[in-house]
Amino acid sequence: MPEARVIQIDGRDGPGTSPRRARRAARCSAVAGDGERCREKAVAEGLCGEHLAQHERSLATATAPEWEQKLAGALAFVRRRVTGDYPIDDFGFDPDLTEHVLLAAMRPLYEKYFRVEVRGLDNIPSTGGALVVANHSGTVPIDAMMTQLAIYDHHPAHRHLRMLGADLVFKSPLIAPLARKGGSTLACNEDAERLMSGGELAGVWPEGFKGIGKPFSERYKLQRFGRGGFVSAALRSGVPIIPCSIVGAEEIYPVIGNVKILARLLGFPYVPVTPFFPLLGPLGLLPLPSKWIIEFGEPIATDELGSGAADDPMLVFNLTDQVREVIQQTLYKLLLARRSVFF
Amino acid sequence: MSSRVVLITGVSRYLGGKLASLLSADPSIERVIGVDVVPPRQDVGRTEFVRADIRNPIIAKVIASAQVDTVVHMSVIATPFGAGGRTAMKEINVIGTMQLLAACQKAPTLQKLVVRSTTAVYGSSSRDPALFTEGMEPRAQFRSGYGKDSIEVEGYVRGLGRRRPDVDVTLLRFANFIGPRIDTPLTRYFALPAVPRMLGFDPRIQFVHEDDGIEVLRRAVLEQRRGTFNVAGSGVLLLSQAIRRAGRPAVQIPSPAVSAVGSLFRRVGLVDFSPEQMQFLQFGRGVDTTRLVEDFGYRPAYPTRAAFDDFVAGRELKRYIDPDRVAGIEQRVLAEVERRRAAHA
Repeated sequence: MPEARVIQIDGRDGPGTSPRRARRAARCSAVAGDGERCREKAVAEGLCGEHLAQHERSLATATAPEWEQKLAGALAFVRRRVTGDYPIDDFGFDPDLTEHVLLAAMRPLYEKYFRVEVRGLDNIPSTGGALVVANHSGTVPIDAMMTQLAIYDHHPAHRHLRMLGADLVFKSPLIAPLARKGGSTLACNEDAERLMSGGELAGVWPEGFKGIGKPFSERYKLQRFGRGGFVSAALRSGVPIIPCSIVGAEEIYPVIGNVKILARLLGFPYVPVTPFFPLLGPLGLLPLPSKWIIEFGEPIATDELGSGAADDPMLVFNLTDQVREVIQQTLYKLLLARRSVFF
Repeated sequence: MSSRVVLITGVSRYLGGKLASLLSADPSIERVIGVDVVPPRQDVGRTEFVRADIRNPIIAKVIASAQVDTVVHMSVIATPFGAGGRTAMKEINVIGTMQLLAACQKAPTLQKLVVRSTTAVYGSSSRDPALFTEGMEPRAQFRSGYGKDSIEVEGYVRGLGRRRPDVDVTLLRFANFIGPRIDTPLTRYFALPAVPRMLGFDPRIQFVHEDDGIEVLRRAVLEQRRGTFNVAGSGVLLLSQAIRRAGRPAVQIPSPAVSAVGSLFRRVGLVDFSPEQMQFLQFGRGVDTTRLVEDFGYRPAYPTRAAFDDFVAGRELKRYIDPDRVAGIEQRVLAEVERRRAAHA
């Protein structure tokens, strides 16, 4: 089966080598160079009745009512999932699953529940590497997911935000594979630089657990920005830093206490107590429907600082402070302008 | 400086034998000497077989008397399965390598040493970067196993490189081998009628096709390629995805039961699930092959996904979930919907 061989070397999925497929492939030589199914080429060359029929059917669905197209899309998705026919990048990112399931599941939360308002999207470049740096809050990292969805849905280039997460995320069963499939990877310099030099849009929440688990009384007060590792990664990759301020996430779970003993027992960084959790049990897990604003600030260029800049601790420190200050000031500005927490 | 007399350890195993038969077909090579404790079962061409344990001083005599200029060390074993236990495995791997390298150091004719190592030296943990480059260290500490042995083997190899700077040392770290013919713990694992995997984890895995692996070894012998190189097909597969591509059902095992199930499989002799292998099936691993492509000058013909597909096709694994049938069902449903719409209109 020479065709099947060529496709495998090319790394794309083409016909496998089951007898039925092999027979079909022998009959129809119209396999496109990229290994895609042969519809287009078959039409052009007038080959292979089976694939022509498929093509006509897909043309028919193009004029079919919307629900039918959706059904066809859903069926194709299920087929891809069942047979393992989807791309995965080196970090474990699964765009097929992310676009069709993970982001779709968050969309109602984004649009109807938190009514996220997003500003300054034109500060994110349409192509090339960049680093989004944002404030972290809300006990569970819903803010990161909402930022990802905001960029994917509303940025003209529909970019995927590749988030850098704590190693606890990748240690936790069930969460770890979802995080990787959703585009996250471990927050370490190697991965950050690999993403950004590869032209990806990376996102980092440098306050980490200090930010996300802080008590309600300290809301919108930025914590320390780690050790500035994100700044040196951006400097090394020569990509701009885009400060991002998220308002609204602080109020979804107002943390009034922390069960430190339980946290230590379970190996979690904190076990939050809110006015509703654990008092109301599972109902207390429902986030409060605050109104959110996500604002992307003007990019801070790093490429003109030179290649040695990442090894200058003072410069890294100052730049870290600058980013932090921009986010903090934007937060104050947004807080002054918002009418209430919930509207 | 090309090799003329090549000595291959571990010649009776699949890769060693394959390399021996390729090299013996090459007219530029005068002699190929294969060493192993059992005679090779596959055809190794004009390879001269020496039945010896590399821990035996006879190796030094063979190297000296045949004026060996290239040693290919491939007898580091990955599982205690065939070796007769973990202690014996460590003995063969570490002590065997020490003895072999001691003999190499004393051999004035030696010009080149090619060592088959593994990407298992990077370990596998939740703190791993997405892809390991050759300069990175493992993030988690090993207690025992193939990875630990390989780290020690690499240490001795580097030692030889320091003491004999005139010898070209090529250290090849291979990802998991896969292909239609090779037999490894992972190929046996994917051939199980239902493939067990750990609930809540979906590791990234990477393969190198057996043909690519052998080609890399062949070039390392025939050409001058000093240094350490990761050898793997580009790209990764998720374990769940690989199981789906093999058309097998996956059985998700909750983590408390994993070690019990693993030792059951081991006792029955189905698949070797060493603790290290379990760790790999939990967190996975990926390596960067830029150096292989740019410095070594070889781009594997099979990306990870194609290598795996070739394994599935070549083994003629019965795909319980047949992609053709799935596509057929899809087409039938769509055709039915369309027919009903046409009937309405």
